[in-house]
Amino acid sequence: MASSATGWTQELTRARLHVVTGKGGTGKTTAAAALALALATGGRRVLLVEVEGRQGIAQLFDRAPLPYSEERIASAPGGGEVRALAVDPEAALLEYLDMFYNLGFAGRTLRKMGAIEFATTLAPGLRDVLLTGKVKECVRRTGPSGRHEYDAVVLDAPPTGRVVQFLDVTKAMADLAKVGPIKGQSDGVVKLLHSGDTAVHLVTLLEEMPVRETLDAVAELDGADLRPGVVLVNRVREPRLPARSVVAAAGGRVDASRVRAGLEAAGLDLDAETIDGLVEETVEHAIRVTMELGAKEKLAESDLPSLELPDLTDGVDLAALYELAELMVERGVR
Amino acid sequence: MRPPLLDVDALIDDPETRVLVCCGSGGVGKTTTAAAIAVRAAERGRRTVVLTIDPARRLAQSLGLRELDNSPREVRTEGFEPKGELHAMMLDMRRTFDDMVLAHAGRDRAEAILANPFYQTISTSFSGTQEYMAMEKLGQLVADDEWDLIVVDTPPSRSALDFLDAPQRLSTVLDGRLIRMLSAPARAGGRGIRKIVGAGFGLFTKAVSTIVGGQLLQDASTFVQAFDSMFGGFRQRAQKTYELLRSPGTGFLVIAAAEPDALREASYFVERLSEERMPLIGLVANRTHPVLATLSATSADAAADGLERAGDAPLAAAVLRLHADRVAVADREKRLIARFTKAHPGVALVGVPALPTDVHDLDGLHEIGRRLAGE
Repeated sequence: MASSATGWTQELTRARLHVVTGKGGTGKTTAAAALALALATGGRRVLLVEVEGRQGIAQLFDRAPLPYSEERIASAPGGGEVRALAVDPEAALLEYLDMFYNLGFAGRTLRKMGAIEFATTLAPGLRDVLLTGKVKECVRRTGPSGRHEYDAVVLDAPPTGRVVQFLDVTKAMADLAKVGPIKGQSDGVVKLLHSGDTAVHLVTLLEEMPVRETLDAVAELDGADLRPGVVLVNRVREPRLPARSVVAAAGGRVDASRVRAGLEAAGLDLDAETIDGLVEETVEHAIRVTMELGAKEKLAESDLPSLELPDLTDGVDLAALYELAELMVERGVR
Repeated sequence: MRPPLLDVDALIDDPETRVLVCCGSGGVGKTTTAAAIAVRAAERGRRTVVLTIDPARRLAQSLGLRELDNSPREVRTEGFEPKGELHAMMLDMRRTFDDMVLAHAGRDRAEAILANPFYQTISTSFSGTQEYMAMEKLGQLVADDEWDLIVVDTPPSRSALDFLDAPQRLSTVLDGRLIRMLSAPARAGGRGIRKIVGAGFGLFTKAVSTIVGGQLLQDASTFVQAFDSMFGGFRQRAQKTYELLRSPGTGFLVIAAAEPDALREASYFVERLSEERMPLIGLVANRTHPVLATLSATSADAAADGLERAGDAPLAAAVLRLHADRVAVADREKRLIARFTKAHPGVALVGVPALPTDVHDLDGLHEIGRRLAGE
């Protein structure tokens, strides 16, 4: 089996903004939340941010929808804490405008009229600039002592298909005004996103489409001069068959009489139908394992370190998140 | 509690069924399901067209969709000889939008609109355009009146609901009032609103123009002025499509994977359809892993423990372990689906067992069709 490689590197330990992306359905939000918990382990303070208005974090942590403020949502082992923020582009635009113009009550009315949606529609890049701008503000914010308020920020980013567009603020700004406050702000965002302070992690499953999208995204990130971090291989299941049986079984060749003999030795006297069913399950399992191996080999082409996360049969609840975080810490995430 | 069974064959055989809309959140297998239903309907004798939005490349190829040509083409492949006909197309949203403009505006005005930079933004990257254009195309296919059955895939939006809301959102944006106020607040005659908003509005206009730049605002304004005369037509059209979605020949299939997120989205969608009085046909619980052998996980694990202790029969031990894993997965899926059914007891449901491999040919689609029909 291809190695699950070096995992977390020294370089990644230095990163302060961890962007987590992945194809829809791969468990991007779960991975981002577990990563936030892992990074907070041992007494650090981490902010987990979402930007798509999905309230995925609240659902994952089983809480009411998050307001537009940084709320403590979990404590990490060893005294750390995770706070969460759901950035709403409308609120971000109003907050932003408020810094330069005193809109007051008018802001709310404009919001009701849909003027803000309208403004972000005029320039689709504006939405992304506002969202990444807010993230940057959180990453750079310092407390009274001059220390950063957050040791790390984890961003549950848009899916792989859109993430480069989302992070490529320079391009988005091409649509917008060439001068003025938003230009100044976006320059800071560009600097952060292209620096060693930022890493973009990719969540995938060992399936054909997610792997292909991951590789495409890595190429796109490279092209945009953004730095890929690790590949988080989610929902990895243990292969049960002895390696030497996999190929034959995937081709439909399972020695049913050997299986029957083994089952009898274990004291199970099963009818033919049940044994056929078991054999069919075995073939399906072997086909899946073969495809997963292929997917792994394909992933290795990316030359990125990877971290494997196990499949949790009982689904993802809070306890499972801590379990995943602990695994990450064991594998060097810090 | 057992939900009513969703009988796919009865549905697609019924000549009254004219439009099937497949919706659900991203990554649940909507496109594949839509294609499989269309294949099966064609096999069972109907003249069928499937409108796909953003199919995976190999799936598109299997339907003979090598390029975007924005109109249906008959699927002809060796060995595929349906009793009816299968046609397929892939949505080209920009072209659909262009065609709509050309159909509604005079030639000169249409050209001015198509060349406007703001139009190019709206027609390619506004988040609701794809949904809007999918509806527009569906309206056209229905108007063609040459199909027994139209199967529609919906855009891979973040949430299943976007599909119903997008046309409205786009209409709001294209509505001329706001943009006229923004670009020329003095002349817009929007005094009523400005009175409410007060001085803030001027500031807002200024702020927006500082941010997006005067040129863009100017382009947008020119665009909306040119667009204005057609706008009523657009709105009517969107309204008509909306009505169509409520008409008796139309039905919605909600597709979900047996996962909490996908089923939660499916729940929202089911509720929303009922609020809008749109006809829900049922839920397709996609890619399930039913157990194929009747043996409990406990017995399987216990027997495997025994074999492993004795160092005996590694193949049989592995078979037992993987069966126990599968029982656990199947139980979880059943639990999740039962939770959905408890919230929506009347919703018909069919589980579609997962194929062990990805599907990218007609044989695979045929097989999924069989599974959809419970064969």
